[in-house]
Amino acid sequence: MKDSDLPVTDDELHAYVDGELPADRRAAVEAWLGTHPDDAGRVAAWRLQADAIRARYADVAQQPIPSKLQLDRMSYASRPWKLAAAAAVVAAFLFGGFAGWMARDTAGDAPNAFERLIAQALNAHKVYAVEVRHPVEVAAADAEHLQQWLSKRVGYQLRAPNLEAQGLHLVGGRLLPTPTGAAAAFFMYENASGERFTLYCAHTKTPNTAMHYNAADKAGAIYWVDSNIAYVVSSASERKQLWQVARAAYEQIEPRTSQHERGS
Amino acid sequence: MIGFQEGVQLAIPALRRYARALTHDADLADDLVQDTLVRALRSQHLFNGGELRSWLYTILTNLNRNRLRSLARRPTITAIGDNDAPDASGPEAGGRDIERALATLVEDQRTALLLVVLEGLSYREVAEVQGVPIGTVMSRVARARLQMRAYLENDRPMLRRVK
Repeated sequence: MKDSDLPVTDDELHAYVDGELPADRRAAVEAWLGTHPDDAGRVAAWRLQADAIRARYADVAQQPIPSKLQLDRMSYASRPWKLAAAAAVVAAFLFGGFAGWMARDTAGDAPNAFERLIAQALNAHKVYAVEVRHPVEVAAADAEHLQQWLSKRVGYQLRAPNLEAQGLHLVGGRLLPTPTGAAAAFFMYENASGERFTLYCAHTKTPNTAMHYNAADKAGAIYWVDSNIAYVVSSASERKQLWQVARAAYEQIEPRTSQHERGS
Repeated sequence: MIGFQEGVQLAIPALRRYARALTHDADLADDLVQDTLVRALRSQHLFNGGELRSWLYTILTNLNRNRLRSLARRPTITAIGDNDAPDASGPEAGGRDIERALATLVEDQRTALLLVVLEGLSYREVAEVQGVPIGTVMSRVARARLQMRAYLENDRPMLRRVK
């Protein structure tokens, strides 16, 4: 049996309309359409749809580009933002004395206090991961300051894990509250296509745990506790990918006593 | 070979077209494009030297998905721009029918169909943009077409008469 004798599939009909059909099936598909009016009708309808879509939006690409989309304007626009980030770092140091008070812990975490902590981390992910212009308080360009500042505020030595091997680049970080009013550190990462992962670190009375998975509202979290610190890695990506990222973060964070390597 | 910035510049008209078709709102569309450009310029060092256009479509697609997710927490979503006058016959009616038909699609199907049909991306490129296998792209396109056709031919008999 030759290729041209094979029955034509729906996939092939779509591929034919979209110019994706291998050349050696073209004649067979055209012959098929000649003898199958229903399929010919569908193909014609799909083409009509495609033409209508193109006709509807064609003029948008012909219009002059508005000034807010001029690239040279954008690079200027980003400068004040960098200054603001630097100012935020300075301000953070001025208020550093406040950290000891903030980091003080109240009563031990009841079981559901720990759950609330994980929920808080997931909520922080949901709120900040979609933020385009101000996803972080301190950008990765100031990674050194960021880590010193957050370490000071949370009351233990922290560094942002290096997740470049997972295709993730550090965006920066911010300070966040925990449900019990203590300070938590929050790092944000993103990959080349803009998908974001966050790491939330907070003190907890809960004893060490293995990695656990929790999901709510399309965002998933993997969390564990090591030496009274809870780590929560969140993302909207697939669980497998989240797992790999959490694993990589875990491996870098685990040896907490020998953290001399730099995170960026 | 053209540079990164120049490549981004050249893609702007097509990005605006794609964003408009995704949002049906000119201001929202340009905001999305602006956010895409800001992010692309900021993440230039992350660009792995592949197909720049696909990368930009990927960023815009992800931003739009994020936008829809945050909208989903509000009580109502108006898929079609407020500026849209009530339906009328005449030359505009066909275009408006297409907008409405697109608005009935689930996000992944709308994205796949628009990238293939409007932006001329190959199935393989769309698979990269959406982060799914090619077979998934093909079934999204197929389901989108089925849904569009059902909408246009059953609920909107108007369009069939437009040449």
